[in-house]
Amino acid sequence: MADRTGAPLVEMRDVSVSFGGIKAVDHVTVDLYPGEVVGLLGHNGAGKSTLIKCLSGAYRMDSGEILIDGQKAEIGNPRDARKYNIETIYQTLALADNLDAASNLFLGRELVTPTGLVDDAQMEAETRKIMARLNPNFRKFQDPVKALSGGQRQSVAIARAVYFNARILIMDEPTAALGPQETQMVAELIEQLKAQGLGIFLIEHDIHNVMKLCDRASVMKNGKLVGTVNVGEVTDEDILGMIILGKQPHG
Amino acid sequence: MAEAKTSGASAGRRNIFQTLEFDTRLLGMVGAFILVCIVFNVLTDGRFLTPRNIFNLTIQTVSVAIMATGMVFVIVTRNIDLSVGALLATCSAMMAITQTQLLPGLGLDYGNPVIAPLAIIVGLLTGALIGAFQGWIVGYLTVPAFIVSLGGLLVWRNVAWYLTSGQTIGPLDDTFQTLGGIGGTLGVTGSWIFGVLATLVAWAAIANARKARISHEFPVKPLWAEGVLMALSAVAILGFVAILNAYEVPSRVLRRAFEARGETMPEGFTAGYGIPYSVLLLIAVAVVMTVVARRTRLGRYIFATGGNPEAAELSGINTRLLTVKVFAVMGVLCALAGMVASARLSFHSNDIGTLDELRVIAAAVIGGTALAGGIGTIYGAILGALIMQSLQSGMAMVGVDAPFQNIVVGVVLVLAVLIDILYRKRTGDA
Repeated sequence: MADRTGAPLVEMRDVSVSFGGIKAVDHVTVDLYPGEVVGLLGHNGAGKSTLIKCLSGAYRMDSGEILIDGQKAEIGNPRDARKYNIETIYQTLALADNLDAASNLFLGRELVTPTGLVDDAQMEAETRKIMARLNPNFRKFQDPVKALSGGQRQSVAIARAVYFNARILIMDEPTAALGPQETQMVAELIEQLKAQGLGIFLIEHDIHNVMKLCDRASVMKNGKLVGTVNVGEVTDEDILGMIILGKQPHG
Repeated sequence: MAEAKTSGASAGRRNIFQTLEFDTRLLGMVGAFILVCIVFNVLTDGRFLTPRNIFNLTIQTVSVAIMATGMVFVIVTRNIDLSVGALLATCSAMMAITQTQLLPGLGLDYGNPVIAPLAIIVGLLTGALIGAFQGWIVGYLTVPAFIVSLGGLLVWRNVAWYLTSGQTIGPLDDTFQTLGGIGGTLGVTGSWIFGVLATLVAWAAIANARKARISHEFPVKPLWAEGVLMALSAVAILGFVAILNAYEVPSRVLRRAFEARGETMPEGFTAGYGIPYSVLLLIAVAVVMTVVARRTRLGRYIFATGGNPEAAELSGINTRLLTVKVFAVMGVLCALAGMVASARLSFHSNDIGTLDELRVIAAAVIGGTALAGGIGTIYGAILGALIMQSLQSGMAMVGVDAPFQNIVVGVVLVLAVLIDILYRKRTGDA
């Protein structure tokens, strides 16, 4: 169990985002401590992805603030988020299908030679190293990622987040497109990263994964936060009730 | 870039081409080009593959080929530029006015050595600014590139007309004219030196790539395959030089040159043309653009944006600014192409570059650039331009009627893309 006494790693305070009059996120506050996994739950369209995209820099908040280590953080674009060591694994994986694994892993942060040219060999070497750790069966280093299986693509996306020493990791349904074995691999990875002291926001639909992987769960409905609970103190029925009915569990 | 990696080592080697790590699509294009050449050579009783005709083919291709390399970037980022022919005309008009009216008006006499460089700088700036402006409208104001460049086609074609009042402007500066083709060549000795240097550079590149892979303990090609690659590159480069050197300057031209220097030509004196400066320019553009595409961040971002714009954005790439850069590069290349085209004519004419946008897009597409974005190569586009030009001049030599020439080119364009689509479906590389 994570130590939740100091300043939270991330605090998103009173965040609101609207699109053309529709309040996608309505005054939501969530926080995340080092070494814990906070599940973000809710129906499709509840506002989870929108909320989290404010943290990853893909969207701008209309109001509210983000604090990292208790300090106010300005995150206006994905580059800003990376400066705060926030890495995101998107549901769509956000891979350029026509490029190989190394180019995707280092996209936007290419390693260069002293002459300023992209150092493909060095990047491939680094990719081979991290893949040996994450997915030892990975072999297709030279193929464009569209030639890879769902699990292999997922491991490229995960490698990209892990390689750059993320402190805050956002995972948007990381196991949605995976088989049982690969899902198990992701679960083990999450445990491992947690032990290293990372904070992880996990957007997840599968209630079993939530019960298994998350320390706390924040439930959203129609853009509003229903509540945040310690997963160890509630049943899956309670959480489902929050998701479906939008009601806090009693007791 | 993408293709080069597709043919990588991982898939398991099946045949000799895979061992050599050749891009099969490149092989297909080279095959098509050779076929076109042989067919026309037979139809013209051997007149097609003479040094003279090959020389002419290369200088006729340069202008469109230069622009086609830029069009690859434009199309790879899922845009299109229909204004390149018109932009070429505006740049050409600016350069022509600068060297024949503006600079002489400032007291620089005809023949002054700084006229050509100044005119070229004006042209390049014009191209870069107009290109960047169009890119800004596409990237930041989010007007589709098709519309922006369609408007640009009308605007710049007629800006050129307005600037020159529709008049032909010439003759252009003598130094400037050497960039057109036959008026400025390296000569036999210079061409051989260039050929040998180019071969050495190619060998060094092959050796370095191997060394880098070995130092990282990646799988490498067998040594004999590297040897074959080196031999092939030497044959291609030196063979090209030999052909251009074999095109001899007509003796009356030589005699006139001697007389101009107050000498008489020795009996039996001959000289070959060698590589035209315009072709050197194309080679330089091809090398620079290839390095940009494969070895720079800019190139990586261009291909990433073409493959998945959203992913590129989420990776922190400023795709709007990237669009501006891509169109600015396209504008600069239009200016270079305008320089070559007007220098070759020795004057600026009001219809210069008309319909070039279609030739340029066709060259890029025949060269394997996918309109869906993310895929394309510089050498493919140049080869595409060469195939188009070969078809056109070949048919003219055979005496095919003008309407049929265009009909054939149109059909070939569609067929080339169809074959590409079928090829990609079969290899699962769609």
